[in-house]
Amino acid sequence: MANLEARALSKRFGERVAVRDVSFELDAGEVLAIIGPNGAGKTTLLSMLAGGLEPSSGSLELAPGRGIGWVPQQTAVYSKLSVLENLRLFARLERVADADAAANRMLEQTGLADRANDEVGSLSGGNRQRVNIAIGLVSDPAVLLLDEPTSALDPRQRARLWEFIGARVGSGTSVAFTTHDIAEAERYAGQLLVLADGEMLFAGSPAELGAAEHETDLERAFVAFLAERGH
Amino acid sequence: MALRALIGKDLRILRRSPVLVALLVVYPVAIAVLIGLALSSSPALPRVAFLNEIPPSQATIKLGSETINTTRYERELFQAIQPVAVTSEAQALADVRDGSTIAALIIPPQLPEQLASAAQTAYVRVIYNGNALNQSLVETAIESKLAQANALLASQLSRVADSYIDLLLTGGSLHFLGSTYDVLGLVRARSELAAIAATLPPSSPLRSRIAKVENFAQIAVSHLGGSKRVIGAVAAPIAVHQRVLNGRRTPLDSYAVAVAVAVSLMFVCILLASGLLALEREENTLERLRRGLVGPGALLCEKALLAALLGAAVAFAMLAGISLFVPVTWSRVALWLVAVLAGGLAFAALGVAIGALVRDVRAASLLALLVSLPLVFLALVPSGAVSTSLFEAIRVISAIFPFKPALEAIDAAVNSSQPSLGIALAHLAALIAAFGGVARLALR
Repeated sequence: MANLEARALSKRFGERVAVRDVSFELDAGEVLAIIGPNGAGKTTLLSMLAGGLEPSSGSLELAPGRGIGWVPQQTAVYSKLSVLENLRLFARLERVADADAAANRMLEQTGLADRANDEVGSLSGGNRQRVNIAIGLVSDPAVLLLDEPTSALDPRQRARLWEFIGARVGSGTSVAFTTHDIAEAERYAGQLLVLADGEMLFAGSPAELGAAEHETDLERAFVAFLAERGH
Repeated sequence: MALRALIGKDLRILRRSPVLVALLVVYPVAIAVLIGLALSSSPALPRVAFLNEIPPSQATIKLGSETINTTRYERELFQAIQPVAVTSEAQALADVRDGSTIAALIIPPQLPEQLASAAQTAYVRVIYNGNALNQSLVETAIESKLAQANALLASQLSRVADSYIDLLLTGGSLHFLGSTYDVLGLVRARSELAAIAATLPPSSPLRSRIAKVENFAQIAVSHLGGSKRVIGAVAAPIAVHQRVLNGRRTPLDSYAVAVAVAVSLMFVCILLASGLLALEREENTLERLRRGLVGPGALLCEKALLAALLGAAVAFAMLAGISLFVPVTWSRVALWLVAVLAGGLAFAALGVAIGALVRDVRAASLLALLVSLPLVFLALVPSGAVSTSLFEAIRVISAIFPFKPALEAIDAAVNSSQPSLGIALAHLAALIAAFGGVARLALR
């Protein structure tokens, strides 16, 4: 069974349809990149998957036992609390059985053990994002959702982040992330989901998208794909 | 569990904001001390240059059988001003000009003579420095005390007039310019006339003329007796008999304590509740929490409860501090707690409604101040100070925000005033539900 299965998910805000009939499956250890132009509905879809937004219609099914971890685009941490206090707090709120152990485990995995007692507000942008991601993973979720996780990071920080995520994927965690960086999507995602104006236009591998447009460069293939469909 | 974790987190954040913590500790202490000192010490009197030009030998005047000592009226005036003795009018004017006194009060030498004549109005002179505020302050102080001095003097003068009327009516000895005269009096004059008339023959033409004079004496006796009452009434034409409706009246200093506590409770609760909720948005953690980790109702309850508890602690500390200066009834301490907690919850409910509507802490603080300050002023407008329709509008606005009912609850708890604590608590409960509902809607 897939770790996550979305069926005909839709979200309306009044008359406006933000996401329309999106369906996909995410297996254990699979990485899905959600790409599309600005306003395509990527963040709305991710918020619905994370449980922050109630879908207007459709359904979501999650593998029993473990939950979903969510990493918002902007760091969502308490800057006046230390790294350890943030991790402990969210572990408790996620009802993790041993919150202290989970927090310490995340400190080790993210390489932030030596900054454990520093206030998050005093950390660099890259380290803050690591705390942001660590909070998303503190409950050891089956599925990790990341909203443009590398948009504020420099290339070295990006590489370290993907190394870390890669390790989680290797241990069976499913990952879905939104990005505007097509090269990043091609490099790290096994599956692509293309959204435009809330509609799912494509679901498949990066190679399949390139083949559909007879392009070896995925970014060109993506732009051509959207242009053919009036976006 | 989640509620406890969030309260612990917010307390940790507050503890790490030293300015805020200092404000929460210093504010109630400073306000309590200031209010206590203000209520327990006498108001400062305006400094007024004082020149008494009456020679000491003429300070006492004799009017009929009454002796009037002008220094007694001087003492009346000194209750309203702080006199700075000067020796000449020139010095008095110089003091007013250079600002060392805000006015000069000069008692002219002819004042005893004018009083003794009972025909001229006696006067004192007051010189101001041209500052409208100072002039108003001194004017009010001097006029009020002068009215009291005039009332005392009028009472003495009415007694002098009484003694002259009595002399006219019943006769007696009149001492004037060192000589003593025997005055017959109207009553005795009438008896004398009746006796003379009785000795005359019945046909005497003098009888009818004497009867006319006798009749006049009778009328004069009747009406002069009545004039004594009129003179008494003129000395004190209107007296005040006080009666308080709607239960017990709160003394002004005790009411000031309730106002000070309510204002502090309002600021602490509204600012904390709105700020703590707005901080969740500012740090982007609200989205995380709303992912099923904490329900919106629980989140609002946590912020409101924490703000109300801290606000109540601050208000309680203030009350305890003020009680060092102003007597308060410690046996009612349980009622104080109920009132400040209910008031704190209502203010906190308004605070979370504000915090849910804005996106950052600064906007929340600004909006909280903009909303709360006018409410204090409106709630303290007394009836009769504005038109009836405007006062009705103010009453409605005051009723839909928590300051007025919180003030009434604290006043009822501290001073047993009306309306009762129960009514004020019911009002606050309705407002807690209403603002809680607004916050819940704004958070959707």
